[in-house]
Amino acid sequence: MSIKQLSVFVENKRGGLVAITDLLAGHGIDMSALSIADTKDFGILRLIVNDTEKAKDALTANGILVKVTEVVGIEIPDKPGELSRALSVLDAEGINVEYLYAFISASGKGAYVAIRVEDNVAAESALTSAGFRTVTEKDVRGNKD
Amino acid sequence: MEQRYFNKEIETMPRGELSALQSEKLRKQVRHVYDSVPYYRGLMDEKGLTPEDIGGIEDLHKLPFISKSDLRETYPYGMLAVPLSDCVRIQSTSGTTGKRVIAYYTQHDIDLWEECCARAIVAAGGSKDDVVQVCYGYGLFTGGPGLNGGSHKVGCLTLPMSSGNTDRQIQFMMDLKSTIICCTPSYAAYIGESLKEKGYKPEDNSLKAGIFGAEPWTEEMRRDIEKSLGIKAYDIYGLTESSGPGVAFECSEQKGMHINEDHFIAEIIDPDTGEVLPDGEKGELVFTSLDKEAFPLLRYRTRDICVLDRTPCSCGRTHVRMAKPMGRSDDMLIIRGVNVFPSQIETVLINEGYAPNYRIEVDRVNNSDTLDVYVELSPDQFTDTVGAITAMEKKLSAAITGILGIHPAVHLVAPKSIERSEGKAKRVVDKRKLHD
Repeated sequence: MSIKQLSVFVENKRGGLVAITDLLAGHGIDMSALSIADTKDFGILRLIVNDTEKAKDALTANGILVKVTEVVGIEIPDKPGELSRALSVLDAEGINVEYLYAFISASGKGAYVAIRVEDNVAAESALTSAGFRTVTEKDVRGNKD
Repeated sequence: MEQRYFNKEIETMPRGELSALQSEKLRKQVRHVYDSVPYYRGLMDEKGLTPEDIGGIEDLHKLPFISKSDLRETYPYGMLAVPLSDCVRIQSTSGTTGKRVIAYYTQHDIDLWEECCARAIVAAGGSKDDVVQVCYGYGLFTGGPGLNGGSHKVGCLTLPMSSGNTDRQIQFMMDLKSTIICCTPSYAAYIGESLKEKGYKPEDNSLKAGIFGAEPWTEEMRRDIEKSLGIKAYDIYGLTESSGPGVAFECSEQKGMHINEDHFIAEIIDPDTGEVLPDGEKGELVFTSLDKEAFPLLRYRTRDICVLDRTPCSCGRTHVRMAKPMGRSDDMLIIRGVNVFPSQIETVLINEGYAPNYRIEVDRVNNSDTLDVYVELSPDQFTDTVGAITAMEKKLSAAITGILGIHPAVHLVAPKSIERSEGKAKRVVDKRKLHD
């Protein structure tokens, strides 16, 4: 059960990021998670939002590069070593993690982690077998819808 | 005793005699080209000209021009005026994608070219007692071979270093006590910086002069180089089409570069109308090669914008002086001594699957040219990882390096982010301040 994520190309220049957040705010998009990977010249903003398609259309209409990708979401129990254990499971299966980022669950009771891998199905099955709970888009959004 | 001229008779020849010599050589050369180069004969026929119509230099203006596009059209042998078996060398410009020019030389042409460089070395104070470190590139580029040959002719100890490997340059410079250095001005500046970083003072080296060319540079840069290396810096001009460096060179007066007029006639024309302009007016520099055998270009349009000065020079040389070129009449850029046309970069972009929306930014940082290429990324090229985009930038940069021979920093940018004027992207931003 992958989660849809928006990846947005942001040039490293003044006002680059606020132009995007403003636009999303204007379309009533609610963000649940956010992460930025950046270099000297550009960054890639990754977002999990309440309406991926609407956000994508709004950004594209404004000439902003955006791509919808699917990431694996899992819940990480709030105790030391759990993230490490999850990563070890993937490592043992030979699944390479391209990037990941953590965010707080809508209930506020635990941490979610979004993981980008090559093969979502394999990753999810490995993590589920090891006792991790995968997270759905509904979990991410909580009861707000 | 200091030798002032390499070829005193020619270099100080009274103007009247020099003009007579030029006229005589021109008549022969026009006949040679007309008889041996069908392409140029065609151009003359179109104008209804025969070699008999050219009685001397006063008739030069009647001859048709040759431009880079003629050279492209006749590539590779179309301008060759002697049998290939009489040629002993080629040199070539840096460009590819149709812009490459191959120049051919007989032994006579090599000797003539090397003598031009020898005159430049002597004008910079060189003699057989000097140690000349040539750190222009060797190979197809004319810089290394030209100055190398000139240095031999003067009888200097020649260090054929080629460019790069700065640590080794400095080691040879110190251990063998080089007295004259020949390279691009930006490389000279870089060597100066490196010497300083290694803790050397300008007076620690034995250099007295430098002969710098192949790229535009300013008076300010000259002062910087002179200070950092503790030398007097001389300018030299040339182009592969006319043989290479040494077509013109600076004397100790440094008020323009003396053109070797016994081998090359210079004219200044209006780049739009082709009309010859009076001395002192700014226009496009045109060269006629008077006695090259293999690749004798008549009225070749250099695209360099410059001014000629025929007032007498106190160095005693009678040959006309050209000012440092002030710009180009086409869109060619000279970056780190390499001729770059924006169209070459555009071709690479298209071959690599990018839309031709780009901006080229050239700047000079610490006296060295930088080349940045900004390219718009299209939605289908956008991937979600930094690594993938960085890899695309690297691949594109390598492809451009493969064509230009110089390494650009490639930056992929958002679509439509490159400034457009009247719908067209503004392609070239040259931030260097090259013309005082």
